[in-house]
Amino acid sequence: MDCVVTGGNVKVLAKAIHSLSRIGEDLYLEPVEDGLALRSVNSSRSAFACFLLSPLFFQRYQAASDQSFRCKMPIKSVQAVFKSLASLDRSVEKCRIQLNSETSRLTITLHCKHGLLKTHNLSFQDCESLQAVFDKESCANVLQAQPRLMVDTVLHFPPSLDEVNLSVSSDRVWLRNHVEDDADSLRAMMTELCLSSEEFDHFAVGTQTSVTFCLKELRGLLVFAESSGLPVSMYFDEPGSPVILSVTDSVLEANFVLATLSEDSHPKNHVNSDTKHPDTEQPPDDFMSDDMDSFLIAMETSELPGPSHAPASPPRPSNNRKHSFSEEEALAEGPPNKKFCSLFFGSVLPTPSQLPNQTMQSQEVLASDSEDENQTETS
Amino acid sequence: MPLSTQSQADIDQYILIASLDNARNLSNILKAISFRDHAIFNATQNGLKVTVEDSKCLQANAFIQADIFQEYIIKEDAVGFQVNLTVLLDCLTIFGGSTVPGVCTALRMCYNGYGYPLTLFLEEGGVVTVCKINTQESEEPIDFDFCSTNVTNKVILQSDSLKEAFSELDMTSEVLQITMSPSHPYFRLSTFGNSGNAHYDYPKDSDMMELFQCTKIQTNRYKMSLLKPSTKALALSCKVSVRTDSRGFLSLQYLVRNDDGQICFVEYYCCPDEEVEEE
Repeated sequence: MDCVVTGGNVKVLAKAIHSLSRIGEDLYLEPVEDGLALRSVNSSRSAFACFLLSPLFFQRYQAASDQSFRCKMPIKSVQAVFKSLASLDRSVEKCRIQLNSETSRLTITLHCKHGLLKTHNLSFQDCESLQAVFDKESCANVLQAQPRLMVDTVLHFPPSLDEVNLSVSSDRVWLRNHVEDDADSLRAMMTELCLSSEEFDHFAVGTQTSVTFCLKELRGLLVFAESSGLPVSMYFDEPGSPVILSVTDSVLEANFVLATLSEDSHPKNHVNSDTKHPDTEQPPDDFMSDDMDSFLIAMETSELPGPSHAPASPPRPSNNRKHSFSEEEALAEGPPNKKFCSLFFGSVLPTPSQLPNQTMQSQEVLASDSEDENQTETS
Repeated sequence: MPLSTQSQADIDQYILIASLDNARNLSNILKAISFRDHAIFNATQNGLKVTVEDSKCLQANAFIQADIFQEYIIKEDAVGFQVNLTVLLDCLTIFGGSTVPGVCTALRMCYNGYGYPLTLFLEEGGVVTVCKINTQESEEPIDFDFCSTNVTNKVILQSDSLKEAFSELDMTSEVLQITMSPSHPYFRLSTFGNSGNAHYDYPKDSDMMELFQCTKIQTNRYKMSLLKPSTKALALSCKVSVRTDSRGFLSLQYLVRNDDGQICFVEYYCCPDEEVEEE
């Protein structure tokens, strides 16, 4: 593998890495024909981010000779290479990333001004391919805004705030802090922001809905988006389905996939809207759960000499399926009584365009939450 | 000079008097070597030399020539004492060390001799403070026996380029390895940390390289913990000379310009880490 980045793109690469560092501790690197994929996932597997840098991003792009090269390394090591972020565009002329198979090192060389050459030989670990399966196209709701709007909105929430609730109606968006407990909500400070659809570059709400996700991980993307000046698109569906934030331009695509809180089976809670589907009509997904409480992230894995995996059911004691369905709330009624559970998110099959190089392997659940007994996986 | 309220008798008893209109011209340079509490002061006709040592492996010296001072009176050939450098710096910056232009602390430093405290008269904006700092008997600084005739390799670099490298050094590496060679890689700083190794190469024809005199290839390792304090001196300096001798001892000399544009020097001597032999 041998890639060269020049000019302003070096800083973009560095910012992408810094952005990924807000998600997880490891950086997964995989050069594919479509470009260089940089990914990260958090420890609870409730947040995943991927930057795909197309070959055009590079002055030279040569993916690994053996197509299946992929590695992971502590993201801090890579951040250390791009430490002086502010002066990167002034000092670095060229950045070269090479795989040194003899020494099993990833070599990142920065050619700087005044002839200074910085060479970093980083050790890495072989790993499985990391790819959360998600489908932006099938999401009912799509919003797109300038990063400034989102940054300014998020500014109103304290940095310590974990979860934020996003609710949409046909012409408005509400953002509020999410408080777990009803008891707490009496004491906590509640912040609510309302944005009209006009503030967005694109506003397509198919289903009135309300989703809750982690704010911290969103900030990672916003930092990147703001510096790049690219609009941020949000794709989301019902609670329990992941919310996908995306920043795209001609040479790169960034996707941040965040789990949303699922809800209790709260009976007949103002089910509204025509586009909502009853539980009997599950989307034809390989991996779908009736039980909102125990979605698991589907991580497509392909081991290096990859045999395909038969779909393995996670070891669950009981096989009961709770026929609850997604709650879509009318916003005026206020937040329902949500059972707090670990954040998981469901996934849907990727469209062929999403993963051109991955064979459609059945999805193996890698991590499961033990809190909920009810089995979720279908094959 | 606002400190002229002292009587002639007072002045007569001092064996060393050094005055500065701007105390920062002393405090800034002392901060560059303040990695330990104690400093050895050695004053001669030429000026003031302040030495700080660490574990007999590292020595830092700051030289403030006599002509930097507005007033410099020394009544003996050499005057030596030891003081707590941290306390001295606290006193020199007692008025808060603000950088408002036009406002600075004036200093008169006086010493009566053996057994007497070091007396500092500091004045800013009409307010005078007198500090007396206990002195100790000065120890003899280590003689690293580093002489220019024994120097194998020498480079002089503009500090800016080294500053960036030093700020990025992998601190998980226990050593900093310095390679100097008449051929590639010319001048290389290397670290060996948890995530892998890193090399910073300066070519001999770089425009940051003011002087390049390397006679033979030498690679030496120095404990990172010992060299880390030198970054303070590097931050203040505009040029640095890096020399190694045949034993692998390292000499770093920093050219520092003070607030008034006058030149002072700071130098660091460091022994090589024993485990690695020179090539």
